[in-house]
Amino acid sequence: MMRLANCLFPTRFGLAILSAVMLALALVVMAPPAAAVEIREVTSPGGITAWLVEDYSAPVITVAVAFQGGSSQDPKGREGMAELTSALFDEGAGPYDSKMFQARIAKLGIELGYRDSRDQFTGVLRTLKEDSADAFEMMRLTLTELHFDENAVDRMKNAIIAGIERKRNSPGAKAGEALRQTLFGDHPYGDPGDGTVESVSAITREELAAHFSRLFARDNLKIAIVGAMTAEEAGQMLDNVFSRLPARAQLAPVVDARVKFGDTLSVEEDIPQSQIVMAYPGVKRDDPEFFAAYIANHILGGGTFSSRLYDEIREKRGLAYSVDSNLSTYDHAAFISVSSATRNDRAGETVDLMRSEIARFAKDGPSEAELEAAKKYIIGSYAINNLDTSAKIASTLLAMQTEQLGIDYIDRREKLIGAVTIDEVRAIATKLFSVKPTLVVVGPKSS
Amino acid sequence: MRRVSPIGIPGLSLLVGFLLLPLAHSIAQAEETRGPQVSSTTLSNGLEVVVIPDRRAPVVTHMVWYKVGAADEKRGKSGIAHFLEHLMFKGTKNTPAGEFSRKVAEIGGQENAFTTADNTAYYQKVTPQALRMVMTYEADRMENLVLSEADIVTERDVILEERRQRVDSSPSAILSEAAGAALYDNHPYGIPVIGWEQEMASLTLADAIGFYDQWYTPNNAVLVVAGDVDAAEVFAMASETYGKVRRRAEPGLRVRPSEPDHLTPAMVTYSDRRVSEPAMRRTYLVPAYKSGKAGDGEALEILSSILGGMQTSRISTALTVDDPIASSAGSWYNSNRDYGEFGVYIAPRPGQDLTEAGKRLDAIIDGVIANGVTQEEVDLARSSIIKSAFFDRDSQTAMARLYGSVLTTGGIVEDVTQGPDRFREVTIEDVNRVARQWLDKKRSVTALLLPEIEPETDNGSVVK
Repeated sequence: MMRLANCLFPTRFGLAILSAVMLALALVVMAPPAAAVEIREVTSPGGITAWLVEDYSAPVITVAVAFQGGSSQDPKGREGMAELTSALFDEGAGPYDSKMFQARIAKLGIELGYRDSRDQFTGVLRTLKEDSADAFEMMRLTLTELHFDENAVDRMKNAIIAGIERKRNSPGAKAGEALRQTLFGDHPYGDPGDGTVESVSAITREELAAHFSRLFARDNLKIAIVGAMTAEEAGQMLDNVFSRLPARAQLAPVVDARVKFGDTLSVEEDIPQSQIVMAYPGVKRDDPEFFAAYIANHILGGGTFSSRLYDEIREKRGLAYSVDSNLSTYDHAAFISVSSATRNDRAGETVDLMRSEIARFAKDGPSEAELEAAKKYIIGSYAINNLDTSAKIASTLLAMQTEQLGIDYIDRREKLIGAVTIDEVRAIATKLFSVKPTLVVVGPKSS
Repeated sequence: MRRVSPIGIPGLSLLVGFLLLPLAHSIAQAEETRGPQVSSTTLSNGLEVVVIPDRRAPVVTHMVWYKVGAADEKRGKSGIAHFLEHLMFKGTKNTPAGEFSRKVAEIGGQENAFTTADNTAYYQKVTPQALRMVMTYEADRMENLVLSEADIVTERDVILEERRQRVDSSPSAILSEAAGAALYDNHPYGIPVIGWEQEMASLTLADAIGFYDQWYTPNNAVLVVAGDVDAAEVFAMASETYGKVRRRAEPGLRVRPSEPDHLTPAMVTYSDRRVSEPAMRRTYLVPAYKSGKAGDGEALEILSSILGGMQTSRISTALTVDDPIASSAGSWYNSNRDYGEFGVYIAPRPGQDLTEAGKRLDAIIDGVIANGVTQEEVDLARSSIIKSAFFDRDSQTAMARLYGSVLTTGGIVEDVTQGPDRFREVTIEDVNRVARQWLDKKRSVTALLLPEIEPETDNGSVVK
């Protein structure tokens, strides 16, 4: 085993003697800096704005971008357009055809990828500092000189259709699909995000190119930069990469969804484990009650080993490996989904237990102790979950911009959560969980 | 729609090593000059301590790795390593069940555990101020675990549900399990990490405690701490917490049954009505990083990259771009402690014939064996492997996992820090040699995933 020459305590005796002193020191030395990240707003000479965190601990730069839009902009009958667009970003741009483009990415050793969600496209570029000029040029090409080559379009359509076929056989995806349809109906959120075999097949390269030019512009763009880069370098890069985008996007208006709850759907399928999903109303990110709802969801079934549902369903009874609840927020809708998967002969029992636990929560809300623990978790977990890698810092910066939380949000967040009262959480728990939920069960008839 | 499907749910996860931590890929992670200054020591009770400083954010990842995994289980007790991993959350003689998890959650910390064929790890991601707290609790459960019959009954149901979710609910997972069982004639890597269902169902409290007492001891563990810490301080804290745990057992060297010569290529097929499009994957039994000739692992990793690990690779280009027959195709290499696996896969485009697709895949492999690869391909693969190391270094948790994994599978710190150099030393002759030597069908299992053949009337007879 390697021992560094400068290691102070090569033997345990040294450790034992000095440990008390070291401990006292440790408490002082290890106090974290007040602000973990310093975010600056940078505006380029050409007027393009980004948020920047300078970090020279590794010779790496991450640039993350978000364009408002996403699959909710897919034209009717052309569902899957956003998915196909994301897939085409590394299939040829500027002077490079598909193969040359990918060879160049491989040669530079950079990571460049795009994906779509309901409300936006996001892209991430990661590069070593020494390759950054070439890397930024590749990003520029993807945003302004994408090819939509016939061959590549055909290939990616095929790959997406293969993915759709695979999903058809996944019990979890089936439950999600059924839930989405019943919650959102005709709203664009009700469409399958990656389209159908028919809709994807129908998309032409001309439609793609036209759609692209409407969706990728400067006024619906947010940018985050993390890494070995000064503000001045960032400004130059911003102008080089983004200035040739059109000034304005032409987004189709998306109305707020009127989410419908209360349906019961059973999707009959001969599988060994039943999938259960229940959906309740949620609260959007920009709603003043957001944190109260977030806390309520956390206590009921959020991501720790001590939520109520985890305790009742898994810990006490061994009914399931997974059980949790999630608050999903979109630009135009929000809902809470509570999911589990359990053996078929106990699916009924599990659903009953989920219902009764949720009803109890709706009636009484959390205890003071639960609220306190939840607040501590939600406050403390932010840095641990969101700021420990530069890739995550970049995506956090992006989310803060798209959600319009303000550049000082990280500093304000603790106060916002601390201010939530037990009455507010009880009130929101009653409001959300008294609604008759939508229930989806995928499993054999008997369950 | 995000987060409706219950995949990715927080829970005690089972990490089937090669899926989530491709050792081969990540061994190049540390860059010799600019990599983190890793220090290590060994406490008097035998616990190895490794510290990887990363002071960018006030976060620290604390992991305890035991040098025991599913491949160390007694015959007939498959799943006990993973079952014990779950049971380790049930409390100790000093700590009521749930207290440790509550304390971690109270400060917003993350925690989990996972089991592979070769190791079992427990981890928390917390603030530096909480490091002593998690060390104290983790040291406590290294020797003081207390289990009741009731714990066994409920948690056994949980792992059976986990198996239903991970394996039974996925035709490709069912096939993978069968292919794994067929690849190993003798070595326990053929047994699934989660266990065979009927053996899991009969695991007892005595089995769990027996396994715990045999393997969970400081001299069979590695503590890895990565993040906003100072090595000397961590060594001191480790000494005060873990240092007090007694040496509970002498597990000794892990010697497992080895593989005889493979003379018979194997084929497994699985038809399921849940499969809509067929697919094929073939796995070759190959050397691991540590078990084979020095450099073979690196050469196999480069070979995999050239053959089908990148979008510009031979398989991807020929089969999905130039004359496309597949919607996806590629290759991988992964290294466990005793053996490695080299895999190729192809999923034909809807309507394309699987046999034909398989033939074209074989032709590419045969071409590499017969004619070798080019220097340009070797250089590109090598540089992309070494460069990606920089990106991986961004995550302290990934670094902790890398070191823990290497150190519990027969490796040493230098195996990580010298990774890039070892890749630089690989020559085109090495790559061509490992291709000829190891991509031998006799050493392989070909697995076919097929849609269910509907019973249909054909000239009056039922074809099944």
